[in-house]
Amino acid sequence: MILLIIISLVKALIAVHIVLIFAGVLGWIERKGSALIQDRIGANRASIFGFAGAGLINTMAADPLKFLTKEDIIPDGVDRLLHTLAPCVNLFPVLVAFCAVPFGDVLHLPGGVDVSLQAIPLGVGVLFVLAMASIGVYGVVLGGWASNNRFSLLGGIRGSAQMISYELAMGLSIVVMVMTFGSLDLQEIVRAQGHLIGGWLPGWGILYQPVAFIVFLIAGIAESKRVPFDLPEGESELVSGYFTEYSGIKYLMFFMTDFAEVATIAALITTFFFGGWQVPYLTPDGFVFPGGASLHINHYVIVLMQFGAYLLKVLFWSWFQIMLRWTLPRLRYDQLMWFGWKRMLPVALVNMVITAALILALQGAP
Amino acid sequence: MSPIVFGILAILLVMSGLGVVLARSPIRSAMSLVMTLFFLAVMFLLLDAQLVAALQIIVYAGAIMVLFLFVIMLLNLQEEPAALGRVGLRYGASFIVSLFVLAAAHFLTTGTLQPGNAMADAVAPGFGSTEQIAERLFTQHIFAFELTSFLLLVAVVSAVVLAKKNLQ
Amino acid sequence: MAELYLPMLITCLLAGAMVGSLVFAGQLLGPHVENPAKGESFECGNPSTGSAWGRFSVKFYMTAILFIVFDIEVVFMYPWAVVFRRLGWFGFGEMMTFVAILGVGLLYVWRKGALEWD
Repeated sequence: MILLIIISLVKALIAVHIVLIFAGVLGWIERKGSALIQDRIGANRASIFGFAGAGLINTMAADPLKFLTKEDIIPDGVDRLLHTLAPCVNLFPVLVAFCAVPFGDVLHLPGGVDVSLQAIPLGVGVLFVLAMASIGVYGVVLGGWASNNRFSLLGGIRGSAQMISYELAMGLSIVVMVMTFGSLDLQEIVRAQGHLIGGWLPGWGILYQPVAFIVFLIAGIAESKRVPFDLPEGESELVSGYFTEYSGIKYLMFFMTDFAEVATIAALITTFFFGGWQVPYLTPDGFVFPGGASLHINHYVIVLMQFGAYLLKVLFWSWFQIMLRWTLPRLRYDQLMWFGWKRMLPVALVNMVITAALILALQGAP
Repeated sequence: MSPIVFGILAILLVMSGLGVVLARSPIRSAMSLVMTLFFLAVMFLLLDAQLVAALQIIVYAGAIMVLFLFVIMLLNLQEEPAALGRVGLRYGASFIVSLFVLAAAHFLTTGTLQPGNAMADAVAPGFGSTEQIAERLFTQHIFAFELTSFLLLVAVVSAVVLAKKNLQ
Repeated sequence: MAELYLPMLITCLLAGAMVGSLVFAGQLLGPHVENPAKGESFECGNPSTGSAWGRFSVKFYMTAILFIVFDIEVVFMYPWAVVFRRLGWFGFGEMMTFVAILGVGLLYVWRKGALEWD
């Protein structure tokens, strides 16, 4: 019992810290990346004893400290309780959803203790993530409503309508992945991607479901309310959207949610379509290459390599989402709704029907 | 489920339920209801009904309550004045509701609905698992399942008809 | 039982503690200076008029109700997706009927223009 508590606590600490560190690093990528693209230098002033870490000190240390020591202004005439609750309701579900994604295979510790490297091991992990995603809407609605500000309210309502519209297409693309792998358990879904197609091609989800991948990617970006779907916060029209009236640490919490959502979407893309922690040709005993060559590797090194592969894949897809910001212009609201309901939803539905028919036909169902 | 965990959850449930009734601002009421639904999902989880727990949050907390919030905002409902409507009606309604609560409490303490009994013998291996629910739903209860789609169709059509005046 | 839900409870408590301590630390470390101008809501420099809580378009309500309907449709698909290999073509036909009926609903909404935003 005590061992279980300790193991769970360590896993939870690791998972929560991954997402928090990712939030900081992604902030750095966003600032330095935008500077690179616009031919500027970007954040480089904050330093510790002259060490600026190419601007990393700015987003990882200086920003949080600065935000912490600023006044938390609550305007007059707002609902004070809901105003404080909104950033919490926004951040909490994302943190927990990220923890449900497996970051490694089973770790065999000395003494016969097997640890599945997943902070929340659940048989219905897929549904848990979706449930948390649907709770996230409240942070946006409450932030907008509680602020007693027209920009906030408009941003909050726009944001929630956008999130629920794209949640449908997202759910349908996940249904397709559940059909392909036959499980609601995220760890099982990753394990199912460990085989090789034709003896040499890693059997990752994207090879089976390219359409679902595109639908999921677009819907995921819309869910995290980033460019080109950043209408709820669109700076040039709504100041800051639903968090216009926030300052200090609560403002930072909305920002952290933003980047944590990017990391969570990237983690889900990795899990469903890019083999999660799987490293190509790496089996529990070591590398086995298609040619027949093999290389035996220590168990702990394998676990570390899988963990590293997971982090790299998540980092890549987070970077991809952030770079989109400097590539695509913002949509108009009618275009957003048109695209969500009249394009994404039908495409996802048809993809589901075709997938079901194909799987049944190929396996010769009764 | 151990009685202690059940007790804590039950207290949280009742408290958030009271919040729905007692909060003056409609938005706070709605948020209390979201919390109630959330704790209810935890209750399902402790009864080994993982699928139902997840669906409880996805459908009720994630979809239906969003509609509630939209309606509250759409109508711009503000804090209700202290004594609104007919006082006699309010007292009458609360009297009937209290009767129901008392009856429920009576059955819970004396009858077969005691939390301990219900759980001990009902749980078979695989009970409440997604596979089992799915197999039952799509073989034994096909008719109810297909009828659901008609119900949803009616909901869509009626929503469009009601809102039509404002759409064009 | 404990093995299943203890990790979940611990993770939720940890995440909750993280979020709560952030808000608390902000209250503790930040200054608190009263100033009437600070309390005004932000309107790009104009004095704001009246309450922000006004009515808004019925279309958002339509979106929410359509979302509920199709969300329930998707929710029925999750258990089906897990066992549809075993159910075979019979289960396929069953789900297709369900999807087709709701497809009619989507088509109706589409034709009636409830999905248009102008």
